[in-house]
Parts: sequence; structure tokens; C-alpha cells
Amino acid sequence: MKTKNICLLILSLVLISAILIPTLAVSAQQPTPSDDEVNAIARQLYCPVCENTPLDVCPTTACHQWRELIRQMLAEGKSEAEIKQYFVDYYGARVLSEPPTSGINWLVYVVPPLAFLAGVYLLLRAFQTWKRAAKNTAPGTELSGLPVPGLVTGAPPSIEAARPALDDKYVERLEEELKKRK
Amino acid sequence: MSQESNTAPAPKRGVPLWAQIIVWVGLLGLLGLLAGGLVKAKNPILTVGSSVPDFTLPLFTGYEYNNGLEVKLSDLSGKVVVVNFWASWCQPCASEAADVEAAWNSYQESGKVVFLGVDYVDTEPEAREYMSRFKLSYPNGPDMGTRISQIFNRNLGVPETYVIDQQGILRYTQIGPFQSVAEIQAIIDPILAGR
Repeated sequence: MKTKNICLLILSLVLISAILIPTLAVSAQQPTPSDDEVNAIARQLYCPVCENTPLDVCPTTACHQWRELIRQMLAEGKSEAEIKQYFVDYYGARVLSEPPTSGINWLVYVVPPLAFLAGVYLLLRAFQTWKRAAKNTAPGTELSGLPVPGLVTGAPPSIEAARPALDDKYVERLEEELKKRK
Repeated sequence: MSQESNTAPAPKRGVPLWAQIIVWVGLLGLLGLLAGGLVKAKNPILTVGSSVPDFTLPLFTGYEYNNGLEVKLSDLSGKVVVVNFWASWCQPCASEAADVEAAWNSYQESGKVVFLGVDYVDTEPEAREYMSRFKLSYPNGPDMGTRISQIFNRNLGVPETYVIDQQGILRYTQIGPFQSVAEIQAIIDPILAGR
């Protein structure tokens, strides 16, 4: 009975050790940056030798080396800004997905908003011009008594209201020409 | 009524002159930049016979030239300079590395030829392993910010080799790997002989 108890105790100790030792070993290791952490930085960088390929999805050996370099630098405690600066120093600013706001690059940030604002300004002016033109046309139409196709100006003008327009030289001339054609 | 409408002042129309000038100047400036970029893209490679702009190559730790940790092209005046671009991830570079080292060894004693290895967009640990594997003894350094490669070829691929004569004039461009030591010597020897 005593031997059986000792055997059970040893077995329990072995089982507990088997469970605990790997856990302790893992917790004792330096934390390795995950793929997600590496890719969070890699997607802000472009492969220096491929055309328009973000580093996080680039399949080449060189890109794999660069991703491992990011992992190594993260493990060394380097910040995201430091890693990006390292890449710029080594491979040039072209590796950045967002160009820095220096030198001629500032045009990238200035020209599109300016073009947008210019477009808005031109559209507003065009709307104002059209609105003014419509305002100028509407009263003339009512006075002349001639309906303009597609333009709704309220109630149809009465004969009395249209009478002054008949004096208009232009209308007279128009009518004369129409008569001639008949 | 009709007279009133005839004499009414015409509404102001059109964009102010100053705005038109700004827009046109801006557009012309952008077109100028675009044209400059297109001209550069059309002629990406430094042509044979042209003078090579000065550059400085910082050397990897463990390398030095005349007790210095960097090499400046203008300091090599009077020597033939062989600038070899390579990268550890480049298979064709590995195929020519031993030949380039052997060619360097054949000229080293004369002191009339300098080989410069420029490591193009590479990672340092792998670059070190590459240099160690091929026992590269001539000065090697990284192409920081791709500044050197952009002098020679804005669309650089590796390996590429550029041979500069004693007067700083580009005399030969090799796109792709060398096949033998003799091939390299056949390019350098005539330049050394002043031909």
C-alpha cells in the first residue's frame, strides 16, 4: 500500500512537471513580435526593389528578409518611428507608403485639396450665374406673355397683362416676320 | 419696362485676373515637373563617355580603404574604378562574386585599379553572410538611401558593374553578371593601357 502511494506521488509529480516546465520555459523567453505586429509596420513600407508592392504582402526573399529585420528591431525594443527611419536611411524615402512632407513631396499634400477647393469655387460661381440667368429670364417671360418651353412661371398670363408686351418693338418685328413667312 | 431691362448693369462675370494668373502659373509649374520626371525616366542610365558625379561610399564594419571608413570617388582620381552593385538576395550576383574577387586580387598589388562593392537595398546580416561566404576583400559598403545607384541607373537591377577611367569618365557598363575573370580583365586592361 505504501509503495503504491509513493508510485502515485511520483507519477503525480511527473505529470505536474510535464505540464508546468514548458509553460515556465515559454514565459522565460524574450517576447517575440508576432506577425501582426511586424505587418503593422511592414504595410506602411513598400518593397524597395519591387514595383508598388507593400512590404507586408511582398512574396520575394528580399521582402522576407526585411520583415525579419523589422521583427528583430521590434524585439530589440525599437519604436515604429525608429524602424521607419532606418528603412528611409537605408533605402530612401521611396519605401514609405506616405511620402514625407518635405522637399517637392509637399505638392502631394497641397495640390489635390487645392484642386478640390478650386473645383468647388468654380461650381458655386457657375450655380450663381445660372441662378441669375434664370431670374433675369423669368420676369421677361411674364411681361412678354410668351411661354418658355419647360419653364413653369405660375398662372398663365392674362390678355391684359400681356397687352403691354404687344407694344414691344421686338415682338412687333417678330410678328411681322412671321406674317411674311405665311 | 423693356428699356429698363436694356439699361440694367450687366452682372460681373468670370474669374478674377489674379486667380487666373495663379491657376495658370500653377498648372504650368506642374506640367514642368511632369516633363522633368519624364525626361529623367526616359534616360535612366549614366551614359558611357560622361563624367561620373562624385559620391561617397560608407564601408561596412571590417572594411577600410587607406585607413578610412569611407571611400570618395574624387579621391580615386588617377585610378581605374570598378563599381560593382550586388545584393545578398540576388542569385546572379552570387554567380559572379568569386570572379569579381579574383579580378580584384589580380590588380590589387598594382594599385592602379580599385574595386568598390556597393550593396544595393539589402539587409546587413545577410549582406555580411554574403561577403563572408565569398571572402570579398575589396571595399564594400551599403548604398545608403540608394543615392549611389541613382547616380548610375535610376532603374538599377543587380548585378550591375560600371568601370570608370583615371579621369573619372564612365568607360563601360555591365548589366548582368560577368561570366569569368578573363571577361573582367578584358574590360579593365585596355582602360589601364590608355586605350
